[in-house]
Amino acid sequence: MNDLTPDRDERTAKLKGIGCARKRVEDARFTQGKGNYVDDLKLPGMLFGDFVRSPYAHARVTAIDTSAAMALDGVVAVLTAADLAPLGLHWMPTLAGDKQMVLADGKVLFQGQEVAFVVAHDRYVAADAVELVEVEYEELPVLTDPFKAMQSDVVLREDLTPGADGAHGPRRHPNHIFLWEAGDKAATEQVIASADVVAEEMIHYHRTHPCPLETCGCVASMDKVNGKLTVWGTFQAPHAVRTVASLISGIEEHNIRIISPDIGGGFGNKVGVYPGYVCSIVASIVTGAPVKWVEDRMENLMATAFARDYWMKGRISATRDGKITGLWCHVTADHGAFDACADPTKFPAGFFHICTGSYDIPVAYVGVDGVYTNKAPGGVAYRCSFRVTEAAYFIERMIEILAIELNMDAADLRRINFIRADQFPYPSALGWEYDSGDYHTAWDKALKAVDYAGLRAEQATRLAAFKRGETRKLIGIGLTHFTEIVGAGPVKNCDILGLGMFDSCEIRIHPTGSAIARLGTISQGQGHATTFAQILASEIGIPADKITIEEGDTDTAPYGLGTYGSRSTPVAGAATAMAGRKIRAKAQMIAAYLLEVHDDDVEFDIDRFAVKGAPERFKTMAEIAFAAYHQAIPGIEPGLEAVSYYDPPNMTYPFGAYICVMEIDVDTGETQIRQFYALDDCGTRINPMVIEGQVHGGLTEAYAIAMGQEIAYDEMGNMKTATLMDFFLPTAWETPHYTTDWTETPSPHHPIGAKGVGESPNVGGVPAFSNAVHDALRPFGLRHTHMPHDHWRIWKAAHELGLHG
Amino acid sequence: MIPAAFAYHRPGDLPAALALLQQYGDEARVIAGGHSLIPMMKLRMAEVPHLIDLQAIESLRGIRIEGRQITLGAMVTQQDLIAHQGLGQSAPILREAAIQIADPQVRAMGTVGGNVANGDPGNDMPGLMQCLGAIFHVTGPEGPRTLPARGFYESAYMTARAESEILTAVSFEVPTGGQAYEKQKRKIGDYATAAAAVIVRREGTTCTAASIAMTNLSDVPVWSEAAGAALVGTPCDDAATRNAIAAMLADIDPAGDNRGPVEFKRHTAGIILARAIARAWSRA
Repeated sequence: MNDLTPDRDERTAKLKGIGCARKRVEDARFTQGKGNYVDDLKLPGMLFGDFVRSPYAHARVTAIDTSAAMALDGVVAVLTAADLAPLGLHWMPTLAGDKQMVLADGKVLFQGQEVAFVVAHDRYVAADAVELVEVEYEELPVLTDPFKAMQSDVVLREDLTPGADGAHGPRRHPNHIFLWEAGDKAATEQVIASADVVAEEMIHYHRTHPCPLETCGCVASMDKVNGKLTVWGTFQAPHAVRTVASLISGIEEHNIRIISPDIGGGFGNKVGVYPGYVCSIVASIVTGAPVKWVEDRMENLMATAFARDYWMKGRISATRDGKITGLWCHVTADHGAFDACADPTKFPAGFFHICTGSYDIPVAYVGVDGVYTNKAPGGVAYRCSFRVTEAAYFIERMIEILAIELNMDAADLRRINFIRADQFPYPSALGWEYDSGDYHTAWDKALKAVDYAGLRAEQATRLAAFKRGETRKLIGIGLTHFTEIVGAGPVKNCDILGLGMFDSCEIRIHPTGSAIARLGTISQGQGHATTFAQILASEIGIPADKITIEEGDTDTAPYGLGTYGSRSTPVAGAATAMAGRKIRAKAQMIAAYLLEVHDDDVEFDIDRFAVKGAPERFKTMAEIAFAAYHQAIPGIEPGLEAVSYYDPPNMTYPFGAYICVMEIDVDTGETQIRQFYALDDCGTRINPMVIEGQVHGGLTEAYAIAMGQEIAYDEMGNMKTATLMDFFLPTAWETPHYTTDWTETPSPHHPIGAKGVGESPNVGGVPAFSNAVHDALRPFGLRHTHMPHDHWRIWKAAHELGLHG
Repeated sequence: MIPAAFAYHRPGDLPAALALLQQYGDEARVIAGGHSLIPMMKLRMAEVPHLIDLQAIESLRGIRIEGRQITLGAMVTQQDLIAHQGLGQSAPILREAAIQIADPQVRAMGTVGGNVANGDPGNDMPGLMQCLGAIFHVTGPEGPRTLPARGFYESAYMTARAESEILTAVSFEVPTGGQAYEKQKRKIGDYATAAAAVIVRREGTTCTAASIAMTNLSDVPVWSEAAGAALVGTPCDDAATRNAIAAMLADIDPAGDNRGPVEFKRHTAGIILARAIARAWSRA
C-alpha cells in the first residue's frame, strides 16, 4: 500500500514549508475586492456615529448645545462628556499609564480632539448633525514646541495633581510626563569629556503618521437579551482590547467578543484604544442597536496615533583612529496632549536604548524626557518595534557625523566598530543581549554588490564636474547598517497594562489530514495565513495548502497580544512551531502503535513517521490523523490537537545593510533614487517572496518618511498636513526600484531561528535615504539637516551652503 | 468627508443647463469633471444645494482643428488632450501640460473647461491658455460672448465669467514656434510648486516672438508680457534668459505654503522658467 515514490525532495516541495516562495493565499480575495473590512459590515438596524471635533488646539469648552442636532430628523443621540461621566467613561486609560479624554471634559488640548459623538440612523444625517452641535470655546495659549512647553507657565493637563508622580516616576514640570534613563551617565560623560574626538548634534526625527489605507473604525453591538457585547474593529491586538474593554466597562470578559476582520494596514496606528471605540460601545449599550464608527482620512491623520517626534541630542566619542568609545543621548519626546504611546509598560521610551546600534560601544547613556504639547496623542511604533526607528536613525546619523569629524569614510568607520560575529550573544552597554549577528559578512557583501569603490569614484567625478559648472546635480551615497530589536517579548520584562507579551497558537488536525491553526496575532497585510501555514507544514508534515490559519476572533482564537513590533513571527511563529511539535510528539506515538514498534523506533521524515532503518515502513501524517480520530489506541486519547503559549526567552535582533544612491538637484531640491540595495538578515527565511514584499513596503514607507511625509502644525496648533495632498504617501510613480539581498543568521533561541522582517526596511531605510542626502552635500560642509528632505528643505540646505551663487 | 445634501440635475443641452442656473441662482453650481468642486463639497467648504452636471451635454465635447483655429469643448478631458492625434502635432504643449496633471484617473474626469473656469491658481490650464493667448467662450442669459484668457482671472476663484454664465469652449490659434511646459511638483497629484508655459518663435538665431506664463506663483495665473519681451530680438542665450527671469519675478507674487516659503518659490520659478525657455528654444 505504501510506496517510496515520490522522493524526499518532491515530498518536501509538496509541503510548501519553510523556505518556499509560496504565493499569498490572502491575495485571491484582496485582489478581487472580496476582502471583508469593518466598513463592509452591515447589520440590521445599524446606527452611525460621527464626531464633533475641536477646531482649536487649546481652549476651554464653556458650553455645548446639542438641541439643534437632536432636533434633526434621524438623529438618535448626541453624547458629550457629561453623558459619559456617570459611567466613568468620559476619560479612559491609555496604554502608557496616562489617561485620555474620551470626549472633551471642560477643555480641548489638540485640534481635532473629540468633543461630542452624534449617533444617527444614516451616515449622512450624522454628518449633518455634527454641523448643528454648537460648542462655545474660550481660546487658551497654545504650546506646540516641547522645549517651550517645559519652560511655560501654561499648564496643559490641569487634571493632573501638581507635583505628583506620573506612571513613570517624578514629573519636574506640569507639562513633563517622565524622565526615563538607561546606561551609565557618569561614566559616559567622563569618557566623552576626555575623548580624542567628539561629535555632537541635535537630530530631529519628525512627527509623522502610519496612515494605513484603511482608517480606524468599529462596529459595536450590544445584545441586550444575552448581555453579550460584540465589537468588530480595526484592532491590531484584539485580545488586549477585550481585556481592557472589560476592565473599563465592568462587563465580564466572557461577555465581550472582539473581532478583527480583514485589516487594511495598521503600522501601529491600530494598536491603541480610541474614543471612537468607547463612544460606539456606549452608544450601542444606550440604544440597543449596533453602532458603526469609521473615521475619514482627515480624522485619521489629525486624531489617531501619530509616530516619532523625537528631538535627540547626541554625543559620540572616538579615538583618532576611529574606535568609538562612548555614546550619550538625551531625547525630548513630544507626546502630544495625552501620553498614549503604545510601549511595554516598563519602557516608556520603548526600546530606544537599542541606539548603540550595530556597534561595540563600551559605555553609553540615554535619557528621555516625555513632554505634553497641544498636539494629537500617540507616539506609536510606525512599522517598527517600539522607538527602534528613532534609535536607528539617531545612531546612523551620529556615525556619519563622526566620520566627518574623523575625516574618514563612513563605511570604514562602521566596519571598525561593528560587533564581531564571535561576540554574540552580545551584551550591550545599555542592557540588551543581542542574540546573533554577522555584521561584517553582511556589510562586505553589500559594499561589493553595489561596487562601493566604483560609486565613490563616480561621485568624485561628478563633484568635480559640479565644481567646474558643468552640472547642477550631485550624487549622494547613503549607508546604513541597522540592528533592530523585535519580538516583544519576554513576560519577565514586557507587558502592556499588565498583560504579558507572550503569544499563542492552537492547532486542530482534522481526521482526513488537513488542519486549522488559530493564533493570538492578527494579520493586517503581513500574510500570516500564508507564512504560519508554512511553519506548520515543515513542523507537522501536512501541506501548507491544507492548513487554515485563523486569527482575530477572541471567542475562538487563543489569547495573545497581537501584531505590531515585528512580534508575530518571533513570538506567535514560535508558538506555532512549538504547538506543531506537540502534535508531532503525539503523532509519533500513534505511528509507533500503527507500525507495531516502540515510540523511539520511529522517526519523523518530512510528511510521515518511518521505522528507523526501514524507510519503506511508514505512516503518513494523513494516515496518523485518521487513526487519531477513528481507531482505539491504548493509552492515547482520541483526537490530534495542541496548544502552545510561548514566552520568548529574549527578543530577536534582525539586522541589515542598506545602500542608497541618490541624485540631488541643488537648484530645485528635487531628488531621484538611482539605486537602492537592501540586504536583510532576518534569521531563518520562511517565505522569500513575502520577505521581499515586506522589504519593498517598508522601504517605500521609509522613502516617504525621509523624503517628505510629515505631520506639521503651525504656531496656533493648526494641523497643516491633514490630507493626502500635503501628507506624502508615495504612489507607484514616486516609489523607487529596490534590489533585495540577504544573509541568514538564525536566532539561536527561536524554535525555527526566525527573527521577523516586516519592520526592518522602515528602520534601516530612513537613515539610508537621509544619509544619501547628507552625503551629497558633505563636501560643501553639511553636517546635519532635519528631515523630511522635501524639495524646499534640500534647497534650503544647499542655499545655506552657498550653492546658489 | 460627507457632503451636505444637494439636488442633482443632469440637463441634456446648454439651454436647459442655463435655465437651471437661472432658476436656482446662487444655490446652483455647474459641475464638469468635479475634481475641484466635489472635494470642496465633501469638506463642506462649498455648499451647493443644486448641482448641475454638464456630462450629458454633447455640444460641450469635442476637439476641433479648423485651419489655424483650435477649439476645445469645455467638457474635453485632460485624457482627450493627451490622446488626440492632431492636437499633439499642432499644439504639443497641451499634451505636455496635460500629462503632468495629477494621475490617469483624475485626467480621465478632469476637463479643460472646469480647469480654466474654476479660477484655482493651482490649475495648469489657465496659465497655459494665457500663454497661448486663448479666448474663452461663455454663454449666459444674454447669449454668448468671448473673454480673453489673459484678462479672465481677477483673484483666486474670481473670474470675469458671470455666475449666470457657463464656459462652453476654449479657442486659440495654432501656436507657431517651440513650446514647452515645465512643472515642478512634490508628487503625483500635487499642484505645481512652480510651472512655466513658454512659446518662442525663432528666425535664424534670433527670437522673434515669445509668450511666457507661470502657474501657482500668484493668486492668479501670471502671463508675463515683459518676460516674453525680454527674449525677443535675442538669441535666447543665458543673458536673455536671466532678463526674462528678472521680468517674470517682478510679475509673480507667490505665497508660502507646505511646498516651501516665498524665497524658495521665487528661486524655483526662475529655474523652471530657464528650463522651459531652453527646451522651447531647442524645439523652435
